[in-house]
Amino acid sequence: MMGNKTVLSLTISAALASPLSHAADVEVIHWWTSGGEQKAVSVFADEFNKLGKDKWVDSAIALGQNARSVTMQRTLGGNPPGAAQFNLSRQFEELAEEGMLLDLSTLAEKEGWKEFIRPNQVLSPCIKDGGIYCVPVNIHSNQWLWTNKEVFKKAGVKEPTTWKEFLEVAPKIRAAGYIPLAFGGQGWQENLTFNVVMIGTTDKAFWQQIWRDRDLNAAAGPRMLNVFKTFGALRQHVDEGAPGRNWNDATNMVITGKAAAQVMGDWARGEFAAAGQQAGVDYGCIPGPSLRPYLTVGGDVFIFPKQKDKAVEAAQLKMASMMLSPSVQAKFNNAKGSLPVRADVDLTLADACMKKGLALLEDDDALFKHSEIYVNADTNGQLQDLVSTFWNSAGMSAEKAQELFVEIIQNAE
Amino acid sequence: MKTNADVLTQNTGNSTRKRKKLNFTSLIASTPMIIVAIGLFVICAGYSIMLSFTKSKLFPKFNWVGFDQYERLWSTTRWVTSVENLLIYGSLFIIFCLVAGFLMAVFLDQKVRFENGFRTLFLYPYAMSLVVTGLVWQWMMEPSLGIQNVVQELGWESFRFAPLVNPELAIYGILIAAVWQSSGLVMALMLAGLRGVDSEIWKAAKVDGIPTWRTYLFIVLPMMRPVLITSLVLLCVGVVRVYDLVVAQTGGGPGMATEMPAKFVIDHITVRNNVGLGMAAATMMLLPVLLVIGPWIYREYVKKGSRA
Repeated sequence: MMGNKTVLSLTISAALASPLSHAADVEVIHWWTSGGEQKAVSVFADEFNKLGKDKWVDSAIALGQNARSVTMQRTLGGNPPGAAQFNLSRQFEELAEEGMLLDLSTLAEKEGWKEFIRPNQVLSPCIKDGGIYCVPVNIHSNQWLWTNKEVFKKAGVKEPTTWKEFLEVAPKIRAAGYIPLAFGGQGWQENLTFNVVMIGTTDKAFWQQIWRDRDLNAAAGPRMLNVFKTFGALRQHVDEGAPGRNWNDATNMVITGKAAAQVMGDWARGEFAAAGQQAGVDYGCIPGPSLRPYLTVGGDVFIFPKQKDKAVEAAQLKMASMMLSPSVQAKFNNAKGSLPVRADVDLTLADACMKKGLALLEDDDALFKHSEIYVNADTNGQLQDLVSTFWNSAGMSAEKAQELFVEIIQNAE
Repeated sequence: MKTNADVLTQNTGNSTRKRKKLNFTSLIASTPMIIVAIGLFVICAGYSIMLSFTKSKLFPKFNWVGFDQYERLWSTTRWVTSVENLLIYGSLFIIFCLVAGFLMAVFLDQKVRFENGFRTLFLYPYAMSLVVTGLVWQWMMEPSLGIQNVVQELGWESFRFAPLVNPELAIYGILIAAVWQSSGLVMALMLAGLRGVDSEIWKAAKVDGIPTWRTYLFIVLPMMRPVLITSLVLLCVGVVRVYDLVVAQTGGGPGMATEMPAKFVIDHITVRNNVGLGMAAATMMLLPVLLVIGPWIYREYVKKGSRA
């Protein structure tokens, strides 16, 4: 009896004394549910499980919005996941402010994140009051026009590089029997297209005037009016079934040759690849359309909510370090079709479109920040509502939309 | 007389004693319910209303801003559109459900063959979740895959049935799905009501030579008042909380065409990180319930119940 008790207490004290040797389960919430995305996320899971006894517990929730609100609610409710995906933005800023996230700055300093993560705007949203609260894992950009080369050939027109050109060739594409613009009428897609039109018909300085400086004169000026007019003009070039359509269904219209082009982020490339098409041969990718090429630096990050259990915290740090290691970055981003956050990564598999993106990434003047970095989720939501209303009410004039836009900028937070 | 009075007092005495005893046990039995009711409804609702006067973003914070959130709420086009949508959707939904439910119940009341089969068939949609209902109807109303496509391929080229992609009609697309889902329940309630009507009344009406439809409309229907009220209350609750059907069918689109107040609240307290505004909207949803439906339910049920 005595012996048993001693053994038991020894075991307990051993367990208490060395919690770091204890294996931990880390639950990871993310919204990577499509085929290509699943492949990418299992790179993370496998690499993490290989590191030791800690286990990656996969918790995939369809749709970013849903996944993020589950993370938020669970963190607020005191039952946070071990790690969770967010976009590179201010979405998780309040969690960091309230001290609910693990500060990774010691690890970051040791590994030199600030030196190897490029461009530096990828890391900056993670930094809050000197602490580092998230790990950027990839770079995505929204400003791409995906084209079906054969449709353009059959319609006898050149692929447009600016919105002006697009509006010129669109009627000819329609006349040839194709839908000029494959479009998914969901709020976020309407908003994405609006932003592409905005940067594509203006420039980086103007973008910053609006979002960073909240310049009301610029918002009420003729250049902004032109943005609304150009965006409004696109309405006649989509098909009847657009409202509510998913982005990948719209991409599929381009792949199958029903439509000529689609405005979508670089994740659309995964769909073309999955259909066995070749970049630059079957499908084209045009940065913009835009007066000069611009890319937003967006992407996905992981946050690590604070945990009571020290063993989990140790595992969280291990996971953060793993996600940024060069070999994992290469494997993960090749599967995902996104660009790695560090330059010293083997990218022999990169296709023509990916190379275009990588080249632009080297040019600081071509990079600009998404509006989500300058204004909070609430203001962004208001803008999305306005864009969606304008897109769907043919009777609403560009002038009226601009008036409401000025109001939103005025009250932006 | 005297004896009668005695008996009466004795009876009253007995029953008061009995009632007191009953009250005590029922009090114990209903304590958990009272705690839940006060805890969930009163305290939580109070807390929500309190938050609506703050500038809370993602976290509840007590930085008071007075009626600012309400001012912003009522100057937000999306909210005003949501309220209008709810009024259109709600009134039509209730009317169509009541009419369709009543007609189905009358049909079954004719002692038709396969009554059980029909009853199950009519009630079945109600067993389906609103998300499934929404998705099924979304597919049927999709212009390039759904009913429109099928009929056009059969040769009727000009046929149009794709309400969900048209901002003017989308709300009616949702209405169709909602009525399809809920009218079965009304049918079940009404059928129970019809079966509860004394057969003597039917005989009397026959003797007087009143046509069947008039008997239904002017004699039987008024007798079914409690059933009507129950149906109405259930339908009203369904209207106020309409959320999942919209999310599954249109996601609020095209544009703001099918936005609803409940969706506004949930969007703002989750992804839009604006608890203050969301709670102001939630309070506005609670207000009509408290002001109109509360006293009315009290009058219909509680007061009548105690009188009986």
